[in-house]
Amino acid sequence: MKFNRLILANLFRKKIRLALTLGSFAVALFLFAFLAVVKKAFTGGADLANARRLVAINRVSIINPIPLSYRDKIARIPGVQAVTHNNWFGGIYQDEKNFFPQFVIDPENQRQVVPELVVPEDEWKNFLKDRQGAIVGARTAKRFGWKIGDRIPIKTTIYGTGGAWEFIIDGIYHGQRREDDETQFWFQWDYFEERVPERFKGLVGWYAVKLDSPDDAVRVAKAIDAEFANSPYETKTETESAFAASWVKQFGNIEFLILTIGSVVFFTLLLVTGNTMAISVRERTGELGILKAIGFKDGTVLFLVLAEALAIALVGGFLGLGLAILAIPALASALSGLLPNLILSKSMLTAGIGFALLVGAASGLLPGLGAMRLRVVNALRRV
Amino acid sequence: MVSVNNNGNSSALIQVRGLNKAYHRGEEEIQVLQGLNLDVDKGDFVAFMGPSGSGKTTLLNLLGGLDVPSAGTISVAGDEITHMSSSRLTEWRARHVGLIFQMYNLIPVLTAYQNVELPLLLTRLSRSERRRHVETAVSIVGLADRMHHFPRQLSGGQEQRVAIARAIVSDPTFLLCDEPTGDLDRRSADEIMALIEELVDKHGKTVLMVTHDPIVAARADTVLHLEKGVLVEASKSRQPAVAGLAGGAA
Amino acid sequence: MAIPVIYNFRSVKARWTSAIVAVLGIAGTVGVFVAMLSLARGFRATLVASGSVDNAIVMRAGATSEMMSGIGLDSVKILQDEPGVARVNGEPLLTSEVVVVAPFPLRSTGTDANVQVRGVSPNVLTVRRNVKIVQGQMFRPGLSELVVGRNATTSYSGLTVGNKVRFGGGEWTVAGIFDAGGSAFDSEVWCDARVLDDVYKRPTNIFQSATVHLTSPDAFQEFKDAVTKDPRLNVDVSREIDYYAKQSQTMTRLITVLGGLVAAVMAIGAVFGALNTMYSAVAERGREIAVMRALGFGALAVVLSFLIEALLISFVGGAIGCAAVLPLNGFTTGAMNWQTFSHLAFAFRITPSLLVGGIIFALGMGVAGGLLPAIHAALRPVTAALRSL
Repeated sequence: MKFNRLILANLFRKKIRLALTLGSFAVALFLFAFLAVVKKAFTGGADLANARRLVAINRVSIINPIPLSYRDKIARIPGVQAVTHNNWFGGIYQDEKNFFPQFVIDPENQRQVVPELVVPEDEWKNFLKDRQGAIVGARTAKRFGWKIGDRIPIKTTIYGTGGAWEFIIDGIYHGQRREDDETQFWFQWDYFEERVPERFKGLVGWYAVKLDSPDDAVRVAKAIDAEFANSPYETKTETESAFAASWVKQFGNIEFLILTIGSVVFFTLLLVTGNTMAISVRERTGELGILKAIGFKDGTVLFLVLAEALAIALVGGFLGLGLAILAIPALASALSGLLPNLILSKSMLTAGIGFALLVGAASGLLPGLGAMRLRVVNALRRV
Repeated sequence: MVSVNNNGNSSALIQVRGLNKAYHRGEEEIQVLQGLNLDVDKGDFVAFMGPSGSGKTTLLNLLGGLDVPSAGTISVAGDEITHMSSSRLTEWRARHVGLIFQMYNLIPVLTAYQNVELPLLLTRLSRSERRRHVETAVSIVGLADRMHHFPRQLSGGQEQRVAIARAIVSDPTFLLCDEPTGDLDRRSADEIMALIEELVDKHGKTVLMVTHDPIVAARADTVLHLEKGVLVEASKSRQPAVAGLAGGAA
Repeated sequence: MAIPVIYNFRSVKARWTSAIVAVLGIAGTVGVFVAMLSLARGFRATLVASGSVDNAIVMRAGATSEMMSGIGLDSVKILQDEPGVARVNGEPLLTSEVVVVAPFPLRSTGTDANVQVRGVSPNVLTVRRNVKIVQGQMFRPGLSELVVGRNATTSYSGLTVGNKVRFGGGEWTVAGIFDAGGSAFDSEVWCDARVLDDVYKRPTNIFQSATVHLTSPDAFQEFKDAVTKDPRLNVDVSREIDYYAKQSQTMTRLITVLGGLVAAVMAIGAVFGALNTMYSAVAERGREIAVMRALGFGALAVVLSFLIEALLISFVGGAIGCAAVLPLNGFTTGAMNWQTFSHLAFAFRITPSLLVGGIIFALGMGVAGGLLPAIHAALRPVTAALRSL
């Protein structure tokens, strides 16, 4: 494009100002990425949650158990494809700070109900044979440098005072999608039943139910709860998304908070860059007059100003998003255990660039229109 | 041939008939040009003189399509520009007019070469074609060795030469100069005027120049005075630069 | 000789659009900074206020929270006789407690929140002295009655005096509302521990924690030593205040880190904005500065002049930012305390020191944004500046 030279030369006219404006964009876009990532971390569970899965817990409270004997009854309900049960182990590995979720799983049905977390076939086979075996998510394994064959002691706090339980890592699972949770630690139900004090035996934390079709969700949930109504252990069954969403709602105003901060950033950025563009155009009134005198059309002049603004926006935006791509994994590991996966997705990046371009266009528009409407005679007189 | 009295049509390159221009300052209306006529042929070199505020620059602006008159017509090479739309006028100006101002009005962030190239960016010429035109223009003004310098690295006279190169690079129909030597010392002024003369004599350019300096004006073929809103002829012969004055200046 | 400050006032007024930009940038940053910190502070204050310095909480050795702890009735009886435990009419001021989580619908969204239900000993109000019944009356021992915290009443639906609620498989009547001084207890529902055990089908002789009122804050060490040395007991003792401070750690850390990061990034952006504004000021006023220097105002005077202007702008920005978030003070929001798995209502807590901190932060940004341009202005050779006229 032949106006390149002119646009570039104008941009580099005042290097400090260029750097500062680029910096402002970079900062704003970095913040944008950060906020998007945090929002997703808090609310993402609800998005990820499967529409084809139900979660059944004790109606009284989430910390109360339900009997293992319910399993067959649930499996018999029409529309149920597979059922698996879990317990939350909640143990401590070396230090409280090293938190990661530990689940007791039912190996027979786990993979049917939760197919998106994938274990290599041979590792799974070894796990099945090993009573003390454990499967750990890739992220947690990486965090502690665990390898297959490592012996991991985990102290129980909820289930009696038996001290540390020892597990052998037989496999590492990976999620199919980027957002999938790769921090979980699974071990055998049988081992759990064996070691746990009498009062905890035969009890399950929750059931995860896979449906034939998502359309059955409401009907099957009602059916399950009806089955166990008026029993000593009544259930409350809902879709996984509803379950995840209610956790998020307890967080109250996270989204609102993030939206507010985001808007503050947007408007401030708009102001800063708009003002910068305005100043820069004001300084060049004479030159713009010359261009018009030579024969540059009004529209061309508007285009020149807009192009400058958009160029700054794009470059600054890329800088900021690039920084985010680098920084967010570091942040994720610093916060690991506090927040689930911090992921910068492609759609977030695209949205970021769009946001940058929007601000760039908006900030260049007013000064650009002013430049466009500049009357040559007035501009030249000022020179 | 230059004429200020023609009323009907002529075969002149530039024809101005009954030009009126008024400015409004609050309630007042100030009539700057009143019924001005002008004929200029190809290859003519005309100087406009007049006291400050007489409307010389206004006339130049109107001739260059930078402003619109209150009444009257201006035709250049058969095109009547007074009723052209703003964007057509801009196009027309790019094609037909070369502008040289008192302050050189170069873009400080572009090199001399890039400044000269500017008008060509409005054409469809390819990069190499543009280069040819630029190099030609630059060598005509004698600045080939400084093509890639920035304006701040050039002297006043050199800057004005770059401006002239920019004015001629797209081979316009005529050149408009507004006090081209106003900001220069006597020696540089001389050089510039010599260059302009060369453009007229050697390259057949048509030049209309506004100046308040009689010595500069004398170098044109025709000097016209702007009085009471119309042009009046003064003298018809070109006088060479007065050597004594040139040598005595600092 | 210093450049008169009135010059700065007038200059700012003349370039008011640029000044507004810098002001708003700083205001936004300070606002976010103060809001985030007050959020963290509010969360922590809520939890810390839950403890008294003359109370000690006893849990099973190694347990990090009540939910993971278990103390038998026999241990509780031993604790009652340990030295340091305050007594009234010979009765030990000790409450043995069980904590569970029950779902109650949030008034704001209608969806369930996990609320902490605490089974306590009927004499709990003698142990926790800053808890007072403000409406209705205390629950009667042995009956399925509840007293609910002030925040619990406002956050969750159905918890009003006289109302019956169902949870845990039983029906309960709300007997009264208590005020716990803005602590975590205000988000809780209390009932008789034995009744709770019964309804939740828990073994009746096992509690999760015991909280004792000490004879004096200094008696803590004596109590702790006696308890830990006692071979019949396998427990940990901490001051109630320390226990709750630790409970708030994770969440406070999260809010502080996230909020701090956001504020830091915004601060950089605000500084850029301020720098931009000040550099533009220097550029646009090159002429004036040159004239002043030619007149005899020294370089230092120029630097000071610009610094003062930057500080002026940033002070106004900081003040606006603080004023903008001030209405948030006391605004309650809710969050999940992951360490107890339960919903906790807490309020933004904006203290005077936080506001002062905000202003200082703003001034800091002003200096950062004004210093370099100021020096730049002062060091530019006068002749060059005049020539650029």
